[in-house]
Amino acid sequence: MDRLDAVSSLKYFVPELVLVLTLIGVLLCDLISKNRAPMERRLLIVLPSLFGLLVALFFSVSIYFSASGPDPSDAQALFSNMVAFDGFGSLLRILFIFTAIIILLFTIESRELRSVHHGELLVLLLTVTVALIWMANSINLLMIYLALETVSVASYIMVGYLKTDRLSNEASLKYILFGAVSTGTMLFGLSLLYGLTGSLDLYEIRAALMSEQVVASSGPALMVIIVLVLAGIGFKTATVPFHFWCPDVYTGAPTPVTAFLSVGPKVAGFAVLVRFFYGGMASSTGEQTWTMVGSVDWQTILMGISIITMTLGNIAALLQTNLKRLFAYSSIAHAGYIMMGAVALSDRGIKAMLAYVVVYLFMNLGAFLVIIVVHNNTGSFDIKDYAGIWRRSPMLTIVMGIFLFSLMGIPPFAGFLAKWYVFAAVIQAGLVWLAVIGVLNSAIGAFYYVKILKTMFMEGSDTAEPSSKLELHPLYAVLLFVLVVPNIVGLLLWGYLDRVTEYSHKLLDVM
Amino acid sequence: MIPLEYYLVVASALFSLGLYGMLTRKNAVNVLMAIELIFNSANINLVAFSRFVTGDTEGQVFALFVIAIAACEAAVALAIVMSLYRITKGVSLEDASVLKG
Repeated sequence: MDRLDAVSSLKYFVPELVLVLTLIGVLLCDLISKNRAPMERRLLIVLPSLFGLLVALFFSVSIYFSASGPDPSDAQALFSNMVAFDGFGSLLRILFIFTAIIILLFTIESRELRSVHHGELLVLLLTVTVALIWMANSINLLMIYLALETVSVASYIMVGYLKTDRLSNEASLKYILFGAVSTGTMLFGLSLLYGLTGSLDLYEIRAALMSEQVVASSGPALMVIIVLVLAGIGFKTATVPFHFWCPDVYTGAPTPVTAFLSVGPKVAGFAVLVRFFYGGMASSTGEQTWTMVGSVDWQTILMGISIITMTLGNIAALLQTNLKRLFAYSSIAHAGYIMMGAVALSDRGIKAMLAYVVVYLFMNLGAFLVIIVVHNNTGSFDIKDYAGIWRRSPMLTIVMGIFLFSLMGIPPFAGFLAKWYVFAAVIQAGLVWLAVIGVLNSAIGAFYYVKILKTMFMEGSDTAEPSSKLELHPLYAVLLFVLVVPNIVGLLLWGYLDRVTEYSHKLLDVM
Repeated sequence: MIPLEYYLVVASALFSLGLYGMLTRKNAVNVLMAIELIFNSANINLVAFSRFVTGDTEGQVFALFVIAIAACEAAVALAIVMSLYRITKGVSLEDASVLKG
């Protein structure tokens, strides 16, 4: 492994540079188009953003194929050990840019965002996307903190983007107060870790934790540090007990932003979790498994968080009447499933997390798109207003059904594959009872997903001409198609997904 | 010279005060002040460790970054408080209670 300086790192950093240039460009386009007609102005900011994202996607895909392979020797540490360049980060980079493209298209025809100007929203979206990539690749405490704060500050503004809407403002205030405390707590933990090990570099921290003198004296201190750091990571991934912001923020934020939050920062949070614990607090045994470094059993802590998170998420979701709120709890439950992969302490666990995240992206964004389409027509997020959707648009009901079955983990759909991966990983790690809890939770989850579907088939009690068709914008129809196909053919792509995760689960390692 | 422990005690006290203030205050601006205490407690730790433990400047650079980020975060937070104030005519957290359940 090489340690590259800033100049020679730049060629590995092309997608990020493209995104940064795009966001500056979009900001300028927004300024110079001030006097144009609204429609024209919209095009002048959407097209450059889309173009920049597509170029960045192209570069990150080509980098992915050059970076990942069975042989991890291509991995590099960029910018004097600040940022990792390896298969893991390269796959997540593609996911984040792809998510940003989907969300950008979500915003175009959303009813909630129709009355506001989109310029700043797209700039913020691009900012968060760049910062998410940094988050997933940081291997230095300073870089982790900076990337995490960049994501946070920009997403606070995105949540409060509807300035005149009370709920949006309230959600934003709750998000920023909770977020600032969580990241502040994490920062305090990082500062203690720096004092304990004398370094900000994750791999040097691991080396320090392996020395006997630190192991003998650091038990309680390391415990405190891990709990404090988990506050920041738990906030980003929305795991219990740092999930309180999640339902309120998901309900109050504009729905495209909610969809983005439920995928982007959550996935990046798990990437930080993997980098922090597998990079700084564990070492590979060389036989596909990892052992913990230092004197603290963090596997048990993560296991406890995982169990409580999925159970609480699923049970609370049963009681919800607002669909966005329900999906907030559903995404909390899914965070619990994803964390099971980190508990496994094996290569297979990391692969399972990656596989889950890829599938989760398609099923969750798809469900949110259906919510946006229905809201565009009915102006409501209440589950009871979903009655009669079947008569008004059978296609939309079927598509929503596929997303919901996928989220449940029912076999023909891709969600089953994701769940199978994590359960197999924890069973292989010898934690059969954890897998049993996971399966029981999936069963609880099935209740509320089926409830939504049942309501959609019910007769509309209502008022407003029940026979009228739901309007589906052609752009959204295309997007629904793009998102639903991977869910249907999931099992056929099994081999491909297996290859992708096999190639990209290798983390940069300096041992 | 003042030994390292003194700095750590001050930092921990500030951190605890920050957490306490954040949990008990009802005014959004007061909560923001409590959050600043948390950030600054981490800064004291970083600078003290960099002086006493490692002897390099990494920790001090980290503290500079934290100061800048905390300023950004406070600016955004105050803007959001202002924006909410225009709607609810108050900065108490009890005004922000429509979302619940």
